[in-house]
Amino acid sequence: MAIGSSTRTAEGVSLRQSRPRYGEKLIRALLAVAALVSIITTFGIVISLLIPSIEFFSEVPLTDFLFGTTWTPLFKNGEFGVLPLLSGTIVITLIAIAVAIPLGLGASIYLSEYASSRVRKILKPTLEVLAGIPTVVFGFFALEFLTQLVLVKIFPGIEVFNALSAGLIMGVMIIPTIASLSEDAMAAVPSGLRDGAYALGSSKRQTAVKVVIPAALSGIVAAFVLGISRAIGETMIVTVAAGLQPQLSFNPLIGMQTMTSYIAAAGSGDLATGSIEYKSIFAVGMLLFVLTFIMNIFSVRLVRRFRQAYQ
Amino acid sequence: MNQPNNISMQLDKAMSARGVSIPIEVRDPVFTLDDVSVFYGDYEAIRNVTLPIAKNEITAFIGPSGCGKSTLLRSFNRMNDLIPGARVEGVVAYHGTDIYGPDVDPIEVRRKVGMVFQKPNVFPKSIYDNVAYGPKVNGAKGNLDDLVEECLTRAALWNEVKDDLKKSAYALSGGQQQRLVIARCIAVKPEVILMDEPCASLDPIATAKIEDLMVELANDYTIVIVTHNMQQAARVSDRTAFFTAELDDKDIRHGRLVEFGRTRELFSSPTDPRTEDYISGRFG
Repeated sequence: MAIGSSTRTAEGVSLRQSRPRYGEKLIRALLAVAALVSIITTFGIVISLLIPSIEFFSEVPLTDFLFGTTWTPLFKNGEFGVLPLLSGTIVITLIAIAVAIPLGLGASIYLSEYASSRVRKILKPTLEVLAGIPTVVFGFFALEFLTQLVLVKIFPGIEVFNALSAGLIMGVMIIPTIASLSEDAMAAVPSGLRDGAYALGSSKRQTAVKVVIPAALSGIVAAFVLGISRAIGETMIVTVAAGLQPQLSFNPLIGMQTMTSYIAAAGSGDLATGSIEYKSIFAVGMLLFVLTFIMNIFSVRLVRRFRQAYQ
Repeated sequence: MNQPNNISMQLDKAMSARGVSIPIEVRDPVFTLDDVSVFYGDYEAIRNVTLPIAKNEITAFIGPSGCGKSTLLRSFNRMNDLIPGARVEGVVAYHGTDIYGPDVDPIEVRRKVGMVFQKPNVFPKSIYDNVAYGPKVNGAKGNLDDLVEECLTRAALWNEVKDDLKKSAYALSGGQQQRLVIARCIAVKPEVILMDEPCASLDPIATAKIEDLMVELANDYTIVIVTHNMQQAARVSDRTAFFTAELDDKDIRHGRLVEFGRTRELFSSPTDPRTEDYISGRFG
């Protein structure tokens, strides 16, 4: 066959699409919608927070809100200083991560590096069951069991509603999140790296601490961030076990209110729509949103920095 | 595939490069394997191997896939301990001490018997920290700059990386990574270096560099190398052990040692027909 003839298509070798592929387009559209839902929702939340928040800050100066030390929105001539809610959130979150990070990371190291595959197959799903318990159950466990049977014996002066029990139980609740995600990250470290470490005379501990954890660090940090986000956003445990008393204090033995538990408590009350108390819910929500957003950006930076150092 | 003449020439070249004559008997062996079998659970991967490893020589293990040569190599520094269900029978003696004896700490064994793997398994750390890792876990304190330089120089990598010691080891090419792994291995000051197909993932130029390095290192270290590349075994090794996989009466495959001898003799006049078939390319 001559070369010239093959370039001519007068004979009509059609390379055009022979029949429409509607299925492809449909699937593509459905998948795009699936991706868009979360983005649209995020924007919707921001806007719905923003409008009442702007109205709120037109009545209450931003500095009074951010630096005020009294939070009494439901009183007549109530004050809107958010620091007591902020301190409650910080205290309870710190207690929770002080429990969850060491125990969660420890559990993940055990599961990934020490446990036999048989033990791991039993232990990991069991641990994940913890994550499936409704948080309200955790809340009553903190209130009825931890506070009344355990903590009162150690700290006689402890209040019935206290930050300590809420923080401790919240920490337990977060353990599976941190353990499971960290274990996934460590299990994804190529076994060749472990072999290399052992072949240089490393012990199990040295292999885990000096090779596997650094190699899995970005995944582990991501697990920590998710755990901390859950602690900040957790509502039910705090509402049930820590009480509803906004107090600017770092004493974990007294009752406290967090930002989330204020939103839950005020939102379930009978506040008049459009009132300043009602709008305060959105202002607190906005602050919560901004804080978690900043934390996420910070952690992405952190992960990237570690990655650069190791790659 | 290989002409015996070619291999002889390669051997002569390798030996004159080393400048040593090879003793006929293995005097003062570093390792002595006596009737060694390695099991994975009930499966016997390699059966009844008796073999000495001579000091400051390169011993090559060759044979078809599945003949158990890597498994056998991993029993020299107890790396098989890390595989659940793996078990060694017989005696693997290191300077007369059974390394599977009751008082033996596998970590101590691995400090004396280092290993280089098929895939360059550099750590996700800087070039410097990769080399310093072994000395650090083994208790070295203080400034390791001199040691790092010495090891990188010995691994023929120093000139390429001396300005980039803080850079990630992942920035290196595959061949450089494998030389880094060798530098990391000798930083622990082992006596023996086990190499499990160290050039399998490298191009011919990088392979040639590693081979030159092996010959050079054999002045100070005892090297055991597993390779699929017969020319490589012929080029670099002093002695060669040929393994094959055999079916037993229950139709189960086991690795067996067929022939062991000086590389030149094994390649030029193999005594076993299976060896001859394999090295002449009729099988495997």
